Amino acid sequence: MNIFYKINNLSFKAQKYVFFLFIIVFSIGIVEALVLSPADYKQSDSVRIMYVHVPSAWTSVGIFSVIAILSLGNLIFKNKYFLTIAKSLAPSGLIFNIIALVTGAIWGRPTWGTWWAWDARITSMLVLCIFYILYILSWRVFENKESVNKITSVISILGLINLPIIKFSVEWWTTLHQPASITLSGSSIHSSMLLPLFIMTAAFVLFSVLIFLMKYNTELIKIKNKGLDRI
Amino acid sequence: MFGKKVKLRITFLSFTFVSLILIVFLILKSLEENVVYFKSPTEIKNLSELTNKKVRVGGMVKKNSLEVNAKEISFVITDFKNEIKVTYSGIVPNLFEEEKGVVAEGFIQDRKFFVAKKILAKHDENYMPPEVKKALENN
Repeated sequence: MNIFYKINNLSFKAQKYVFFLFIIVFSIGIVEALVLSPADYKQSDSVRIMYVHVPSAWTSVGIFSVIAILSLGNLIFKNKYFLTIAKSLAPSGLIFNIIALVTGAIWGRPTWGTWWAWDARITSMLVLCIFYILYILSWRVFENKESVNKITSVISILGLINLPIIKFSVEWWTTLHQPASITLSGSSIHSSMLLPLFIMTAAFVLFSVLIFLMKYNTELIKIKNKGLDRI
Repeated sequence: MFGKKVKLRITFLSFTFVSLILIVFLILKSLEENVVYFKSPTEIKNLSELTNKKVRVGGMVKKNSLEVNAKEISFVITDFKNEIKVTYSGIVPNLFEEEKGVVAEGFIQDRKFFVAKKILAKHDENYMPPEVKKALENN
């Protein structure tokens, strides 16, 4: 596939631009979230943890769906670059998943009155975390190239089924976690609070892209030096 | 557009995927009782027999039902069809107040009375600055 040669060329150059862009967007986002945005009428300042909690949850779910789609792409088109991209995406997805769980616990203690609840949303996010760990571990554990490709693809596709469960858990079952604020029909978050939320999401996505590029470029150098995995 | 082998793999994978979704759906369906985090007062009322086990009841704290005295607080959880009276002694979370969501964990005494060991506040999905809330109330 010719397109991968273009992507690979671009990924070396893009790294530093993404880094600077991330610094700029993150600085704006953190000032918006901590200083400029208003406190909530009910939660007052503890609402600010939302600007970390929600973007990191979105990012981790988004990254896992990309990983799963790329793995499907590999199983169908048999092109290993799909998997190299998927493999390089996984670490930032896991980090944001853990951040979402931890900030959720910190937010839950004062507002709900508990660190942890075994409700459907929280448990399904924990399941996603386990899938991430399994995915990353299996890349390290298995040595045989053919089997590692298949095992990781199967794990990510199994994990894909969990994603709609995460999304709709708050609608299908009664949960302690509140339902989605932002839906197709509009948002129940006031616009002055949406702005920092979206800027922080952009910053987290940029950070994931940055970590991804670092990992991916390392993988490309490995492939080049071995001269074995070239397609 | 695609070759024969690629088409075959697409068919096989989509078939596998659909079956997996079906399996997960059936498992979740059969476990529904346990996936649900709390019961509503109506479900408590319709229970065939009362358990001694710890259960969770959730709903709205009824307006003007909250009573606080030295030893304990009591309030009424309503789902706007049925209600259950709850007593509790301990600290309540920040977001606990009348006309807001609540989940009480504890033991059923009878169909109308519940002793809570733990109170959780259920937050709604609305976020806004205080000024906007005021403006909304004035309207």
